[in-house]
Amino acid sequence: MDTTVLLTGLAGVLAAAAPILFAVIGETVSERAGVINLSMNGTILLSAMGGFATAVETGSLLLGFLAGASIGALVALVVAFSSITLKQSQVAVGFVLALACRDLAYFLGNSYVAVQGPRLNALPVPLLVDLPVVGPLLFRQNLMTYLSILFIFLAWAYIFRTRPGMVLQGIGERPAAAFVRGANVNRLRYVYTVIGGALIGLAGPAYSLSVKAGWMGTISGLDGIGWIALSITIFGGWNPLRAAFGAYLFSLLQWLGLVLQPSLPNVPSQVLQVAPFPLMILTLLLVNISDAEWVARMLAALPEGMRGLVAKFLRALRSNPPASLGVPFDSE
Amino acid sequence: MKKTFWINLAFQVGALVAAFLITTLILAAAGAPPFKAYESILRGAFGSPGSLRSLLISWSPLLLTTAGVLITFSAGLWNIGVEGQMTLGAICTTWALRLLQDTGLPPMMIILLGILAGVLGGALWAGLAGALKTFGGVNEIFGGLGLNFISMALTIYLVFGPWKRPGTGSMSGTQPFDRALWLPTFAGTELSPWALGLSILAVVFVYFLLRGTHFGLRLKAVGRNRKAAYLMGVPTWQYSMLAFLLCGALVGLAGAIQVTGVYHRLLPNISSGYGFLGLMVAMLVNYQAIWAAPVAFFFASINVGSVNLQLLYKLDSSFSGVLQSFLVLLVLLGEGARQRFLKRRWEP
Repeated sequence: MDTTVLLTGLAGVLAAAAPILFAVIGETVSERAGVINLSMNGTILLSAMGGFATAVETGSLLLGFLAGASIGALVALVVAFSSITLKQSQVAVGFVLALACRDLAYFLGNSYVAVQGPRLNALPVPLLVDLPVVGPLLFRQNLMTYLSILFIFLAWAYIFRTRPGMVLQGIGERPAAAFVRGANVNRLRYVYTVIGGALIGLAGPAYSLSVKAGWMGTISGLDGIGWIALSITIFGGWNPLRAAFGAYLFSLLQWLGLVLQPSLPNVPSQVLQVAPFPLMILTLLLVNISDAEWVARMLAALPEGMRGLVAKFLRALRSNPPASLGVPFDSE
Repeated sequence: MKKTFWINLAFQVGALVAAFLITTLILAAAGAPPFKAYESILRGAFGSPGSLRSLLISWSPLLLTTAGVLITFSAGLWNIGVEGQMTLGAICTTWALRLLQDTGLPPMMIILLGILAGVLGGALWAGLAGALKTFGGVNEIFGGLGLNFISMALTIYLVFGPWKRPGTGSMSGTQPFDRALWLPTFAGTELSPWALGLSILAVVFVYFLLRGTHFGLRLKAVGRNRKAAYLMGVPTWQYSMLAFLLCGALVGLAGAIQVTGVYHRLLPNISSGYGFLGLMVAMLVNYQAIWAAPVAFFFASINVGSVNLQLLYKLDSSFSGVLQSFLVLLVLLGEGARQRFLKRRWEP
């Protein structure tokens, strides 16, 4: 494979990861605050359809993306209201919303199937685009891809390097302690869940107006992306940098599936498309397995030198959820 | 006491009314005459003996998946992998039928072994989710989702690869089985008394298992408070594992019935969403087995009736999912509102 083809492919991998990045960063913010937004799979479909329909009707890409973000925020508001105010199970409500939004997207989007719509254009960065290798890889992308990369670092810096970010970590880990220090836990959880939802909502139009432009109803190929993004959030250990690594890895694997297709004529193409999914489970297993009791016992049986190495490797992979994830908070 | 009854009723009826208001608005937004649409759903489900039979055909897998997840819910487990377990059931049944179809065994025997293979396949897949949780620390929601995708990939691989029809593989599935290997039906119809009977039996089984047995009580103890149950001497992980296996067996049976009684072949997406729908029915009945049968019947009627919507008004049949999921959502929200209202009233 010559370098130009390779570079175009890799640039495509960066672009294809953009919607997943928005979703994963949004979910990370929400879960850091202690609220699981399980509706993600439906939210992405509904905001993809809503964003596309808005852009078609108004001719404005900006309004399309805004519509997507608003839909995401609205769905997240329902999750927040039912779990924070009504103290219902986040998993139950999120799961039902995932199905409700998906079917709503298919039902209301019926008249937009295969309609011609606007599409986000590439926005090459002057001068930088002429750099060898880096130019075509990084600086000939569209605005949403640039934004997705920017958001990784913004979210990381906010969570780990600012004071409000510390409070965000606090309300997800030890809400009682954060409350004593003057944080309005439940109001902040509302805010972060809705912000996270808006980010998840951006993922929809990032597909329907850019990566997979258009709306094709049930064959849009977007059903399942939200579930993947949810596993990447866990793989990412609630850290935007590691989550971004997961998102790029997934995107790379999907591209490899396409590239390898011609050399594996016996494997149906549909199988290579879904090949990354089993790999996601394996990684989930790897990041969790060091918690299991039998692993500790096996480690103890290993010879001295090897034990340290294996333990270090497992610790590096391990990811622990925010301690109060999914637990409602009552100030009384 | 009596007052609380009326308050409860008011919130429950309020939730149902709110759900219908929302779905009516959604219908209007899609440009359909809402009341005619509801009427056509009813007509599509109950209008003719034929539609009533399709309703019963669709009721049976839903009963099985609902019965299955009632067991895992009782153990405090969110078995989202139920779709994949049904798919694996279908795959294993197809595998057994393919293996045995030319052996000369009596057809009834082959069907029986096929169904057994499906039951085992579903249990195996559920056991895998259970093992991932117990020995790998992978939450059953994420393990289950991953296993769903793997089972989907496996089906597609089989349909387009080793089990493809003569010629080229297609989304319409594998080569249909010989008529002798179809589950016997009522004369002149496609409704199988075996499918119906087994499903009803499953719900009755789960009802008594959860209500009247030592096992059921201890399982519920694990679901309510795992730590307390462990301290009381209940072997908790073994119970969780058993709940997974039992659920998988029932759901695998649903997959086996779809292969032997309905499609007579393996299709991509053979679970048709019945697994997730079962989770919703279980939530709607507040995890009480006694209501599972009527509510599953109601949900099946929406499924069957919505096909009419597509024929008459060119509306997408996904409206059935909209109607079902908004009902469950509003009932969950209504329940939360009711608890909040009562709490504020009695504990100022």
